[in-house]
Amino acid sequence: MTNPLPPLGRAAGNGAATAKPDDRLVSDKRYKIIEATMRRYGYQGHGLIEALHSAQEAFGYLDDFTLMHIARTLHLPPSKVFGVATFYNLFTLKPQGAHTCVVCLGTACYIKGAREVLAAIEAEYDVKAGGTTRDNQLSLLTARCFGSCALAPVLTFDGETIGKVTPEAAAQQIAQRMMAIRQAA
Amino acid sequence: MAGFYGTKNKTMDRHVLLRDVDVPDIREYDVYVANGGYEAWKKALTTMKPDEVTAVVKDSGLRGRGGAGFPTGVKWSFIPKDVFPKYVVVNGDESEAGTFKDHQIIDGNPHQLIEGVALCAYAVQAKTSYIYLRGEFYEPAKTLQKAIDEAYAHGMLGKNVLGSGFDIDMYIHMGAGAYICGEETALLSSLEGQLGQPRLRPPFPAVQGLYAKPTVINNVETLANVPPIVLNGAQWYRQYGTEKSPGTKIFCVSGRVKRPGNYELPLGKYTVRELIEMAGGIIDGRPVKGVLPAGSSAPILPASALDTKLDYESVQAAGSILGSASFVILDDTVDIVWAARKMVRFFKHESCGKCTPCREGTYWALKLYDKILSGRGTLEDVNMIGEVAAQMSGKCFCLLGEFATSPMQSTLKHFRAEYEAFIANHQGGKMNGYTDELIREGVIAGPDGVIARH
Ligand SMILES: Cc1cc2nc3c(=O)[nH]c(=O)nc-3n(C[C@H](O)[C@H](O)[C@H](O)COP(=O)(O)O)c2cc1C
Ligand code: SF4
Ligand code: FES
Repeated sequence: MTNPLPPLGRAAGNGAATAKPDDRLVSDKRYKIIEATMRRYGYQGHGLIEALHSAQEAFGYLDDFTLMHIARTLHLPPSKVFGVATFYNLFTLKPQGAHTCVVCLGTACYIKGAREVLAAIEAEYDVKAGGTTRDNQLSLLTARCFGSCALAPVLTFDGETIGKVTPEAAAQQIAQRMMAIRQAA
Repeated sequence: MAGFYGTKNKTMDRHVLLRDVDVPDIREYDVYVANGGYEAWKKALTTMKPDEVTAVVKDSGLRGRGGAGFPTGVKWSFIPKDVFPKYVVVNGDESEAGTFKDHQIIDGNPHQLIEGVALCAYAVQAKTSYIYLRGEFYEPAKTLQKAIDEAYAHGMLGKNVLGSGFDIDMYIHMGAGAYICGEETALLSSLEGQLGQPRLRPPFPAVQGLYAKPTVINNVETLANVPPIVLNGAQWYRQYGTEKSPGTKIFCVSGRVKRPGNYELPLGKYTVRELIEMAGGIIDGRPVKGVLPAGSSAPILPASALDTKLDYESVQAAGSILGSASFVILDDTVDIVWAARKMVRFFKHESCGKCTPCREGTYWALKLYDKILSGRGTLEDVNMIGEVAAQMSGKCFCLLGEFATSPMQSTLKHFRAEYEAFIANHQGGKMNGYTDELIREGVIAGPDGVIARH
């Protein structure tokens, strides 16, 4: 879409039309996957559930930014998109943990050992995929393809893509980043 | 995953629906065709008028396999002839607890479903059909999509099929995890990208369905019956089953049996007891306590009803509903109060929230069950459960609310003594066998005083 995008967040105000397209839509290839789905349904509102599926598969969950992007592209009120996203059980909104790790279980990642990576993280943090650690620090999710298969197996930590992970190193890479963020704060 | 829970069964030497049990690779186009596949479709397109297809299905007496058991041919005949476009929608939501028959058809014998959908579309002259699958059917959907692609590639779907001038397109739509989307009007809303909430009837889907156009909605298993009926005729189909419940039906057996699985049987020929025996009998040879004939949505049958014949009328006469025929078998190790709470919790979670009796009724009923299970219940709470159920009954917008009352009312009717014993044995909120489960579900605080989020 070439539409200029208004600023994000719940309080998108006036002056929206002059804002720049958001970097995330350009830099994050996953939005292309969602875009393709919406195009396939002619950018029509009745393709909303497909668009949400596609987003959830690409990101592992649906954050406000993505929901707003879908609402705008399909010309639907955000309330409707939010309503549908919360109605169905398979859709996960922004997880409750302070940090989010999404492990790709798509085909390319799977054959490169994504299962073992996931198992290693599950064991290290004592949390099952789909859950959040008891201290609410880390939510662990899975997705179907980030569109970064060349880097398989891939995971994302708070939106940052980490490729070619190994079961041995994955938990440590997550721990390092959590530590760095804590120290910065 | 050939026959991954398909089950050989001595009573049907050749299956009508679970043909993957007899012919393991029948999901492949060539194998399906080599075994008589798409013959019915060719026959219909080249020798039959649309009304004749409807007439055969009507004569066969085929009844809907999705739950209500409504005669399929009659349903098709309600579709107006002069309104276009029209749609065929296939209900593959299969979310009832203990139901896994449509899954096996989609995975093991997908072309028979596709052929059935095509025949239905031809009978009502719909050019577009949608197959709605529950969101969790990610893998089966791939198998089905592959089969649809093959059917297109061989000219069985698409434009001007077999030179007949009939066009047909078929699409898969994935649900996203909501039991209520199995209800036909909620399914239509979901297909349109809306919240899956039921719509008021009338207008019925046959008049105003998908996008307010005439729409046939049938279950996966229902439509899988159509190709053999069209090919072999109504009389052939009626060799199976009874006068009022003709044909074969897939029985999903699960719970405390040795060999859970799908068993395709002629309707009305066997009893519940024989079905349990086919499934290997009860684990450790224990006695049956009760049977849920249609997962959590039908009233429980006590052990005294084990000689009920397996057809729509007999199960109804015994005080329950055959529905989707997903038999969950409970033996004497199962605590009825616990089982009833599980089902009520399911309905509370799945209530769509549109109408008050169901939304609030299931909420308060679950509170009462939680109170009893955590060892704080009284006999008054038991009576209150009955009252909540009575208040809901007949007042809900759709049948889900009605379904939710059946675990409460039927267990109170047949197993009231168990409720009383439970309360007598679990007093003062002391730890019991269910405490861990309640902590995990966030109903009561854990040992550290923290209430789990879920
Ligand atoms: C709460 C509820 C859930 C239902 N779930 C399903 C389901 O998962 N699959 C299904 O085929 N029918 C389901 N039904 C029945 C459908 O509403 C409808 O009767 C059926 O799809 C009609 O198809 P049939 O005539 O081929 O049985 C459900 C009904 C209700 C009220
Ligand atoms: S009975 Fe329950 S599921 Fe049905 S419309 Fe009412 S709230 Fe929704
Ligand atoms: S399969 Fe993992 S990024 Fe594509």
